[in-house]
Amino acid sequence: MLKVIKSGFYTTIQDSGRFGYRDLGVPVSGAMDSYSSRIANALLGNQVSDTVLEMTMIGGEFLFTEPTFIAISGANMSPKINGKALINNTVAVVDANDVLTFGAASEGFRTYVAVKDGFRSEEVLNSRSQYKGITKKEKVEKGDRLIYDKNIGDFQDANASLKFDQSIISESVLEVYKGPEFEKLSENQQNKLLTSTFTVTKLNNRMAYQLEPLITNTIPSIITSPVLPGTVQLTPQGNLIVLMRDAQTTGGYPRILQLSESAINCLSQNSTGKSLKIRLKE
Amino acid sequence: MDYELQFSQYNEHSILIEWPKIIDENILKSILKSKKSVIEFYSKLKVEVINTYSSILVIYDHAIDNFNDRLFELKSIFDDQNSDVMLESRLWEIPVCYDREFGIDLSTISSEKKLSISEIIELHTAAIYTVYFIGFLPGFLYLGGLHPKLHFNRKNKPSLNIKKGAVAIGGQQTGIYPQDSPGGWHLIGETPIELFNASQQTPCSILAGDRIKFYSVNKNTFLDIKKRAENSTYQLKQIPSNA
Repeated sequence: MLKVIKSGFYTTIQDSGRFGYRDLGVPVSGAMDSYSSRIANALLGNQVSDTVLEMTMIGGEFLFTEPTFIAISGANMSPKINGKALINNTVAVVDANDVLTFGAASEGFRTYVAVKDGFRSEEVLNSRSQYKGITKKEKVEKGDRLIYDKNIGDFQDANASLKFDQSIISESVLEVYKGPEFEKLSENQQNKLLTSTFTVTKLNNRMAYQLEPLITNTIPSIITSPVLPGTVQLTPQGNLIVLMRDAQTTGGYPRILQLSESAINCLSQNSTGKSLKIRLKE
Repeated sequence: MDYELQFSQYNEHSILIEWPKIIDENILKSILKSKKSVIEFYSKLKVEVINTYSSILVIYDHAIDNFNDRLFELKSIFDDQNSDVMLESRLWEIPVCYDREFGIDLSTISSEKKLSISEIIELHTAAIYTVYFIGFLPGFLYLGGLHPKLHFNRKNKPSLNIKKGAVAIGGQQTGIYPQDSPGGWHLIGETPIELFNASQQTPCSILAGDRIKFYSVNKNTFLDIKKRAENSTYQLKQIPSNA
């Protein structure tokens, strides 16, 4: 098992999400940056849906009690095994009693740790993604023990040539589609959306990211309608709220834009103060 | 049943279908029939279909290769849709304790709406409410059918912690908080039942298209049902529907 010595700033267990229960109001959840979590799993030959650790801003410290293989992807949090530096996006061998430590994210904001065949944490409604009110625990805490399968021997490096696309972390343009209420905006408002530079405010988490500056809103609220991760809502006060993986399933604010999947991944790797532009994808 | 529908691509893997944007039971029926047909058509694929008052969102678990193909497919499902798709609608009875310790905003509503507290309870328990959909929180029912005399604007400042089970009024809606949560509605009572239980095979017994009726219980009955609900030995009451 993996013993959590330090949890880091905010660490959760995630997989590819709780697909199939949004009809009951259950958020889909899953890794914020699905690209990086997929890379970490793919390097180990895991399933896309295998369970990983998602660390935010500052990583934790973990003790392995069984040998296995791990892969780390996403933000660079200077990973070390027993004090010796590891490189993101490669497969590393760990032994019993090895200690994995992380520092603060230097490039990007979220880091994923995958183990061979995934963590076997509590599964609720076909997913291990932690979410308040669904799983017993809503985040990883000091003292937690995560079970994984013991793996020894030679690692069959089937995906050694996988290359991590660094633009997920460095990209500062979010590719979007028009949202269902986009055409209700005036031409002036549309232009402002597509030409302004936006900044991520301190209100950013797994549920939503708020962006500045405000966009004057003249369109009324809508009849409560479906929303998805990546839906950009415009509040009556003119705030832009980008819904993320843990967002509610329905909403009443106009849905003016929809982030592409890769834009959601990209935004997940950004935090307070980051400047971004929005570009329509046709 | 002949509504003009709008189909549009929502993102790489979802298609939005919109009905006229009004709250109406006939539209709900049309939506639920279409939803059922889509779910049956895709029974072998991983597809989620969610509905709200006036839309359906079809979410595939993979990116759509050819949007027009999928659109054509969905339209043909809708065209083939027999008007005799049968919808199941169940009527559930939900116990509520309207004691002042739970209905902390009853006196405000009473003075503002010039209704006695017993009139408020009478109006609230007389109606049969339609479940349009579930959203906002796991197990939060969007209900139609609140008596106009009970329409009451939301609070200007939301309460930070509303207790699980709280029964409340906000604008033209009434609802039940399925878990502790912030919220801006006025509290009129509390139900001892569990609306959503993630550890159950069927986490939520009440579904879109069902109807519910509230009935008033005293504190002792409330506590008794709450104990049984917590041990999962309480069965939500269903009454034969004549609607």
